Amino acid sequence: MKALTILNYQWKDLIRGKWIFGYALIYLLITDALIRFGGAGPKALLSISNVMLLLIPLVGMIYGALYLYQSREFTELLLAQPLNRKTLFWGLYGGLAVPLSAAFILGTLLPMLYNGMFFGEQIASILLLLGLGLILTLLFTGIGFWLGLAFFEDRIKGLGFALVGWLFLAVLYDGLVLLTIFVLGDYPIEKPMLALTMLNPIDLARITVLLEFDISALMGYTGAVFNRFFGSFYGMITAVTSMLIWLALPLYGATKRFRKMDF
Amino acid sequence: MKGFNHIALAGVFLLIGSVASAQTITVSPNGEVKTIAEGLELVQPNDTLIIRQGTYLEHNLMVDKPVTIIGEGRPVLDGEKKGFILVITADDVTVKGLEVRNTSTSFMEDYAGILIEETRNTVIEDNRLIDNFFGIYLAETDKAVIRNNYLSASGERETSSGNGIHLWYSKDTKIEDNYVRGHRDGLYFEFVDGAHITNNLSEENIRYGIHFMYSDNCSYVENTFRDNGGGVAVMYTSNVEIIGNRFEDNWGSSAYGMLLKEINRSRIENNHFENNSVGLYIEATSRNEVKGNTFRQNGWAIKLMANSTDNMFSENNFIANSFEVSTNSRRNFNEFTGNYWSQYEGYDLDRDGVGDVPHHPVRLFTILVEKQPQSLLLLRSLLIDILDAAEKVMPALTPETLIDIKPQMDQIP
Repeated sequence: MKALTILNYQWKDLIRGKWIFGYALIYLLITDALIRFGGAGPKALLSISNVMLLLIPLVGMIYGALYLYQSREFTELLLAQPLNRKTLFWGLYGGLAVPLSAAFILGTLLPMLYNGMFFGEQIASILLLLGLGLILTLLFTGIGFWLGLAFFEDRIKGLGFALVGWLFLAVLYDGLVLLTIFVLGDYPIEKPMLALTMLNPIDLARITVLLEFDISALMGYTGAVFNRFFGSFYGMITAVTSMLIWLALPLYGATKRFRKMDF
Repeated sequence: MKGFNHIALAGVFLLIGSVASAQTITVSPNGEVKTIAEGLELVQPNDTLIIRQGTYLEHNLMVDKPVTIIGEGRPVLDGEKKGFILVITADDVTVKGLEVRNTSTSFMEDYAGILIEETRNTVIEDNRLIDNFFGIYLAETDKAVIRNNYLSASGERETSSGNGIHLWYSKDTKIEDNYVRGHRDGLYFEFVDGAHITNNLSEENIRYGIHFMYSDNCSYVENTFRDNGGGVAVMYTSNVEIIGNRFEDNWGSSAYGMLLKEINRSRIENNHFENNSVGLYIEATSRNEVKGNTFRQNGWAIKLMANSTDNMFSENNFIANSFEVSTNSRRNFNEFTGNYWSQYEGYDLDRDGVGDVPHHPVRLFTILVEKQPQSLLLLRSLLIDILDAAEKVMPALTPETLIDIKPQMDQIP
């Protein structure tokens, strides 16, 4: 309950800061424009998922770290109160992650609702997209918190790591994967390749999107391992499970650090 | 004079008599004539044989006179896997309203539910053919009509299952409103001339929905081919009209909405390719018109092999395909113009509905996947988008001339 009270304070603070509205507005405008100009087809959903895969990790990580720095005084004040540290952590984390998720979901959902797209036949795809966005927001805000706590005294370093981390996961990692494929392509590397993508949460989310929208292309691949992986529900389940594990990891790290930290 | 009159009168009576003798013979499990074989013995040319409701365990029934066979209440002809069921060798035979089941299966002989051999004007209508090796087998026929039949089989392997409607050396055949599923090839055409294939549905067959070879001057119009093992294959043929068909849900590494191999001077218009691993695969195919088709949500909309030349792709819609066009050469001998591409990122400043910059449907990533199929895993990665954008500005690996100079801004209705 106390966590909720803290969450509530954080929430009010965020609203005063107004940028959360800006964040929601970005999704609203993008989604609206995509549907308005591209039609309410799978193409709009694909573009939204592309934006989502790009923006959520960036915003989550940067703001995760930044928010800890900004609310430092507030945190220190609360630490002086008879409060469990765990409660305090979840209050702070929820205070950022919940509004961020809400901003994403509302921003994307509203245009779909008033365009009537949501009630079409693509409702499963839309729900998958929203769910993925939600998990990604929670996950990357968690990573942001972790980085923020790890470099609590050195903000530049914390933010720098958040930026570089994003760049690495979103772009460079795939470059390494591509390089590996072209260097070792003659060997049976499909299983290691799948494992490699499981190690990057952005890639995991991307694969989940592929499973939903590009299954006909994935099935065109001439390899038994991929076909078995993608062709069954097994692929989707593995991807989502790995993402949940990914979600737990930074949060576990961050809570551990937060509990032991000397502020 | 009087005598002559008598003879003439007798002649007239004889004539009337022979017309009137076009009689009806009824086969029924508890009637006078109990087996179809017996009925077929009794009928004279131009007679009608009516088969009443019931199950007849008979096979190798020879229809060697021009008769009409009509089933009432859908009688079942069960061959008990002992051979052919109906074998039609006479002209002008009509077969209606039967259910034909269980021919033999063999590696040597093409056992068929209804075999039609060296005939003219055969009509096969409103029949059900269930669990046969081959369904309806036409060899060296002329002007046959196959209409509104339902064919279903549950073969599991290509070798132990036959084709649904099989045509070999047949001329001017009409095939309309049939449903075929679970056979090896739903429809099979070899050395056929002038067939019109309209409004059939062929799905869940083990190999191809329609398998079409050496069959000039045919047209297939408004058929649906869905979820077949290999899709549809059209090969070694000139002058085919493929219009208004739907090719859907053919998934797999060698599954194509439609495979064209050595097809020349043909029209492929207003077809709908949706949810296939490869929508249209084109190999050694020249001088065709591909116009007004819609390619939606395929893995690859078109795979165009470089040994295909002078094909014209115009007014097609390419919507939300993972890859629009892929090819295996840096050179291009075909023309793309006036298509709508949903991956087009250009602009239309003069607002004439035509994009101001050409569209490159072959992405760099298409080539990468062609070289290393595993890189398919990176589809929709930001890195890939960056590489594609760079390649678009300075084409180094993609065919420079495979472009659409008049990409449409809006979908073509």
